[in-house]
Amino acid sequence: MSEITYKPGHEPHPRETRRIFRNIDRVGYTPSIESFLEDGGYEALKKALAMEPAAVIDEVKKSGLRGRGGAGFPTGVKWTFIPRGNTKPVYLVCNCDESEPGTFKDRFIVHQDPHQLIEGMVIACYAVQAHYAIIYMREEFPEAAKIVREALEEAEKNGFVGKNIQGTGYDLKIILHRGAGAYICGEETGLINSIEGVRPYPRIKPPFFPAAIGLYGCPTIVNNVESLCQVRQVLLRGGEAYASEGAQRSPGTRIIGVSGDVKKPGYYEIISGSITYGELLYDLCGGPKEGRKFKAIIPGGASAKVMRCDEVLTGRNPDGSVRKMSIFGVPMDLDSIAAHGSMSGSGGVIVMDDSRSMPEMLRNLNRFFAWESCGQCTPCREGNPWMLKLSTRICEGKASPEDVDLLKSVADNICGRTVCAFGEACSWPVQAFTTKFREEFLALTKPINAFKPHNPESAEARKYMTRED
Amino acid sequence: MIELTDDICALAKDVPSPGEKFYPVFEPTPELAAEAHGYVTMYPEGREQSAVLPIIHMVQEKFGFISARSIPWIAEMCKSTPIHVAGIVSFYPGIRRKCPGKWHIRVCHTIACAMSGGEDLLKFICGKIGVKPEEMTEAEPMAVSADGLWSIEAVECLAHCGFGPNVMVNDTLYSQVTPEKIDEVLEDYRRRD
Repeated sequence: MSEITYKPGHEPHPRETRRIFRNIDRVGYTPSIESFLEDGGYEALKKALAMEPAAVIDEVKKSGLRGRGGAGFPTGVKWTFIPRGNTKPVYLVCNCDESEPGTFKDRFIVHQDPHQLIEGMVIACYAVQAHYAIIYMREEFPEAAKIVREALEEAEKNGFVGKNIQGTGYDLKIILHRGAGAYICGEETGLINSIEGVRPYPRIKPPFFPAAIGLYGCPTIVNNVESLCQVRQVLLRGGEAYASEGAQRSPGTRIIGVSGDVKKPGYYEIISGSITYGELLYDLCGGPKEGRKFKAIIPGGASAKVMRCDEVLTGRNPDGSVRKMSIFGVPMDLDSIAAHGSMSGSGGVIVMDDSRSMPEMLRNLNRFFAWESCGQCTPCREGNPWMLKLSTRICEGKASPEDVDLLKSVADNICGRTVCAFGEACSWPVQAFTTKFREEFLALTKPINAFKPHNPESAEARKYMTRED
Repeated sequence: MIELTDDICALAKDVPSPGEKFYPVFEPTPELAAEAHGYVTMYPEGREQSAVLPIIHMVQEKFGFISARSIPWIAEMCKSTPIHVAGIVSFYPGIRRKCPGKWHIRVCHTIACAMSGGEDLLKFICGKIGVKPEEMTEAEPMAVSADGLWSIEAVECLAHCGFGPNVMVNDTLYSQVTPEKIDEVLEDYRRRD
């Protein structure tokens, strides 16, 4: 890949392996079909069209590809959930509602390399024999919507989308549907309701597993943007070759988005499991900012449980012996971090250094979830504003020590009592923050804080009464 | 044709906004209906209701916001009911029931952007365009400046977390925004008219 030149400041780190992001920030590369064809575009599609649809599914199953939207469900297995003997039309929806705080990978694909996504989509549609597919794009990507619409037109002109694709008699229509700024539309059944033109309340599973009863009551496959791009890689490299690379149970490359307190935040594409969190943060991201130390990491988007950097974890060496390590020793694949009680989710790593107040961070997340709760289930609708009130009270120094326990108990009572995974997404951060950084929360409830001024007037009046504790 | 009677319009009263002078008043025309029909035909037969979001986006782009008068028209276009459309409009944060300013600013204040200074930036921009941060409430997240040129809103995650703080002005995203940089950007927009 030595012939590829990247824009200055965007060169990949030597430990990266750029596959999906091969053409991101590349000099002279445009979102047009010419650029893509020059780079060997639509070859994987031609390969797929020469195969039987069932063989394409088998290839993806063999590859062990796991969905990149956050849950990590095997993509090929998901495709086989379409009921046998199904006579209804099958739909495929691409989930481009990237809205998990900390995640910013799909944005680059749809802005800079949309044909990659379209090719992956056509392959996936052919595999599940869908003739109608939708790209659900979030409202905050208005420019990407234009780019993808143009790309779809180009693809249709070149016979990669539309009627009789590449002379095989296979028809496929792809449309672009824009959301309107709701986080809940990233949940697959909420997304389906949004496309149907009703309020995007998630549906209860069972019975509404999209692969069985999805869009318009028909079998529907919902895949993330990166997952569909990975499908293209599977076809290019072959299922077995794909499976042999990276972590055994989550093969392939992964795009990691790092944000927060590191020297070089940004996106990094790595072979799954090939580096640890420590290597990512110290080597690829250049370590903490001057004079700071890492304090905590949220390893997989805002809803993943936070990890303390000084936490002692037990891992296993390849020979089976037990070893002690910190979060920095955990390899970056889906299962390793899950074994330590958090998740790698959609690959958004948020890093906090010792200048951050954890209650303040939690308050920010509580506000996000309180704002984005769709309001369908009572525990989530009522619980999130309640948690926001509690964490705000703690941050303002007006809370009692019991409030910290109350905050956690509210989270415990939301978790598992809602229709969709939002209940877990909003309560996991609260549970992890209040347990792992309990002393910080309790410190804010000390009586001395009650004397802390709450507004400028009282600050003046009490300037001789307060002291920093 | 559903008539635009007073009781339907009373379903939701429009909130007056200084930004209105920069956008045309909603008027259903045959051209508009043809465009809406184009969106309806994107979806499978008998699924006209799916076009409700695309039509809402079209109306919002052209007229700035979803006025009470436009709701029955949107309902008619996608073979739905005004109350259903009103339910959709009230759900999504990205759909406005109040006219924005000529330039609509969205400042991200979710965790990563907040860590890189999004909250202070929000206050700074409010000061620049002459809006009090207190005007942005949960019930009315968007504040419009008195001259109608600007509106501002604090939004959740714009999906560019590594390069915060992020600000969107109309359809354009600005990353790693500093007070000096946003000063230039706003000045640039001011000069455009």
